[in-house]
Amino acid sequence: MAARVMTITSGKGGVGKTTTTANIGVALALLGKRVVCLDADIGLRNLDVVLGLENRIVYDVVDVIEGRCKLRQAMIKDKRLPDLYLLPASQKRDKSAVKAADLIRVCEELSPDHDFVLIDSAAGIEEGFRTALAPANGVIIVTNPEVSAVRDADRVIGLVEAAEKGPAKLIVNRLKPELVNRGDMLDTGDVLEILAVELLGVVPEDETILVSTNRGSPAALDERSRAGQSFRNIARRLLGEDIPFETFREAAGFLQRLSRLFRSDGRSG
Amino acid sequence: MMNVLNRLRGHKPETSRDIAKQRLQLVLVHDRSQISPGMLEILKDEIIAVISKHIEIDKDGVHVTFSQEGRDNKLIADIPLADGRRMKGQS
Repeated sequence: MAARVMTITSGKGGVGKTTTTANIGVALALLGKRVVCLDADIGLRNLDVVLGLENRIVYDVVDVIEGRCKLRQAMIKDKRLPDLYLLPASQKRDKSAVKAADLIRVCEELSPDHDFVLIDSAAGIEEGFRTALAPANGVIIVTNPEVSAVRDADRVIGLVEAAEKGPAKLIVNRLKPELVNRGDMLDTGDVLEILAVELLGVVPEDETILVSTNRGSPAALDERSRAGQSFRNIARRLLGEDIPFETFREAAGFLQRLSRLFRSDGRSG
Repeated sequence: MMNVLNRLRGHKPETSRDIAKQRLQLVLVHDRSQISPGMLEILKDEIIAVISKHIEIDKDGVHVTFSQEGRDNKLIADIPLADGRRMKGQS
């Protein structure tokens, strides 16, 4: 069986692409899938530290492409999970070191022995993004419920469709239920209405993400992490399970719920 | 004025969430079509000029807008005809 090659991208930087890639990778591996997380952000390597595998890197994807090592030699096996691998980006080169055809070839070689290849794309809509998109047979767009991130996501969704890589699936990351409830943040429904794409998941803002990145142990491994739970749900949806989307209503404080009750009471018309 | 009216009717004031949504919807219409608000005005004037050659229209009542259905955008031109004139010409 050929692997599903999914590119994770966003347009805007800093919305959580790398965190999302690492956590979906971990969550899929927890479900017994054979997964490769491929860092395509050449020159700005980070998937290694988020996964906690930075100390074991010898070769990277550019070494593979330029023939300095075999693909297997560059792949780092995660010791926590039976079938999770990292193919790291090069830190000393730039985007021009990897062409679309190179990445397609690497993914073709990975495909027969794995269920998923998750490609962590560079931010932006330039060369790095286009290269990361080339081998994909599915695209995940990560955005935050915030004006500039949503605008950039819309642009990227358009480019993905133009490249005939659509329809893209959307992850709304770093949602703050308290802010939504008091009317100061776009809700998932708002973002979906604006972008008109299929929703794959909603991930709440959660301190455990920062802590897990500090430790190099993705939140999806943490049973108690709310964000980790959301990433585990995303992995199951990718496998075709029908998991209801989180609304985080219970996260609203008692006073907020009370005041909402009053407000909806007074607003009859 | 609308805000005062809404408040008198018991609506809650517009939240920053509502404003963000409206602003995004508007800016994306122009991003997607690559037609700026200024360009849309020029387009409207030209549409009025072309139609006016053939039919008398109510120029002040013309509305040219974008509407969104899913990820598809439509250009909608709402062009009212001048009152009764057309009927007179035909009878």
